[in-house]
Amino acid sequence: MNDIKKVKKLIIDKPLKLDCGQTISNFPLAYETYGKLNDKKDNAILVFHALTGDQFASGVNPITNKEGWWNYLIGPGKAIDTKKYFVICANVIGGCMGSYGPSNINPKTNKNFGTEFPVLTINDMVNAQYHLLEFFKIEKLFSVLGGSMGGMQVLQFVSNFPNKSETAIPIACTHSHSAQNIALNELGRQSIMADHNWANGFYEENNKPPAKGLAVARMAAHITYLSKKGLQEKFGRKLQERDDLKFGFDADFQIESYLRHQGSVFVDRFDANSYLYITRAMDYFDLSKQFDGNLSKAFEKTNTKFFIISFTSDWLYPTSENREIVIALNSIGKDVGFVEITSDKGHDSFLLDVPDFLNTIKNFLNTSYNKKNEKRI
Amino acid sequence: MKKEFNIIANLVEKKSKVLDVGCGDGELMKYINENITNDIRGLEISKNNVQKCVAKGLTVIEGDAEKDLKQFPKSSFDYVILSQTLQAFLDPENVISELLRVGKKAIVTIPNFGYWKVRIHLLFRGTMPITKDLPNEWYNTPNLHMCTIKDFVNYCNKKNIKINSKNLSYKNLFSQLGIFVIEK
Repeated sequence: MNDIKKVKKLIIDKPLKLDCGQTISNFPLAYETYGKLNDKKDNAILVFHALTGDQFASGVNPITNKEGWWNYLIGPGKAIDTKKYFVICANVIGGCMGSYGPSNINPKTNKNFGTEFPVLTINDMVNAQYHLLEFFKIEKLFSVLGGSMGGMQVLQFVSNFPNKSETAIPIACTHSHSAQNIALNELGRQSIMADHNWANGFYEENNKPPAKGLAVARMAAHITYLSKKGLQEKFGRKLQERDDLKFGFDADFQIESYLRHQGSVFVDRFDANSYLYITRAMDYFDLSKQFDGNLSKAFEKTNTKFFIISFTSDWLYPTSENREIVIALNSIGKDVGFVEITSDKGHDSFLLDVPDFLNTIKNFLNTSYNKKNEKRI
Repeated sequence: MKKEFNIIANLVEKKSKVLDVGCGDGELMKYINENITNDIRGLEISKNNVQKCVAKGLTVIEGDAEKDLKQFPKSSFDYVILSQTLQAFLDPENVISELLRVGKKAIVTIPNFGYWKVRIHLLFRGTMPITKDLPNEWYNTPNLHMCTIKDFVNYCNKKNIKINSKNLSYKNLFSQLGIFVIEK
């Protein structure tokens, strides 16, 4: 994990007051960019990642040597064409890909922060990333977009900085984390905490991370990212490299083996405490509560053009929750488009090769960009 | 492009704000967007059609006019267009009142059941009329509430909705399609 020291970082020296009351300053925000910022500085797109994402949205992630998590969408000649647009993506604070997080050293103790790291919110994450605009001297972004927790950051960003983006695309998200989703996150956290290696969050002192607990958390979460139909079609009751049941607790079924694999590769790239902190931030997200229960008020001051996207088989952030955002925007006459994409791939659809989805984003962005430039003429 | 779309587009004032309810594949919206005003968006129930609108770069909201018009505030559009879908709603009366709430003016088109060919068809053949604008059989038609131009004008008069009703008897017999601008 030494390579993490080499990722691009912006040191934010301005103090940032967090929602929990603490103030942080001189902290690192790891980021990556794709494409070139043009002379007019009007082609910048800020991408927000989801729970286990990072700043490496496109190309190859130099730390994991795997494809960037949004490689289907972003890159030269792709839906978000980096020959045309300048894409910025940062690792959220609380994360573990170089940004300020629980695995950083606490200057007071000279040890890793562990659970002494302050509890963060989506609002804190967005406020930290806003500094990227100042760093790149971008007056106004062309777009902000993200799926799942990335979508929550999009909503919070537009609410906090109403004049800082021409367009916004919240995808497969919600304005208020549901009881079901809080419950599922709690399941993951309890799984990590039940691993005795977790050691109340100070496992780095012992050099033994709570790998089993984190793997189980990932396995449970992974199920929620898929759909019943998708699972059935891909795995059904197929057996794993055997002709018959073995009457034991090895992975008889392919789905078991698949989940175990998902769990085991995850622990190599993700930090257990970051998982706790980021899921907590999602649970605390309730944008309407920030505006006395009236979601429309969050967007009153903005002229950003919205496009909201949900997926038919997403039961984690279902269409009904995405539609609530559409309704809140329409009820105050804001500019908003909405599409529910047909896909059997569940919540994960936004990360996968779903042509209708990729084309929707491409068409929306390119048309909006052209229109913006027409207006100027 | 359909001739009907040309007539509708010419009823819309330049630079006004428009909602096309049941915008279909977006052909009418595209024409208005390019020639009359670019402040236009559509509401469409069919996913297939929504994708076609998106491909044309149009702003579209996937939704059902019978349920989703209520999210728009009063008079939020200069024009609300409803092209040949009124008869397919479960509750057209409610849709009309929603159109007039959301739009300062509404442009409504209906296939005219009083058109002479329709009358002749029913009179001499004794079966449900099938014409260019009414292509379906009785058992697979989406049209639940057919009316004539005269019916629609009478309804508006009864509800104190402003509507142009010049040459009513003539139009009711010789027009396949009624195109109206209505307002409260």
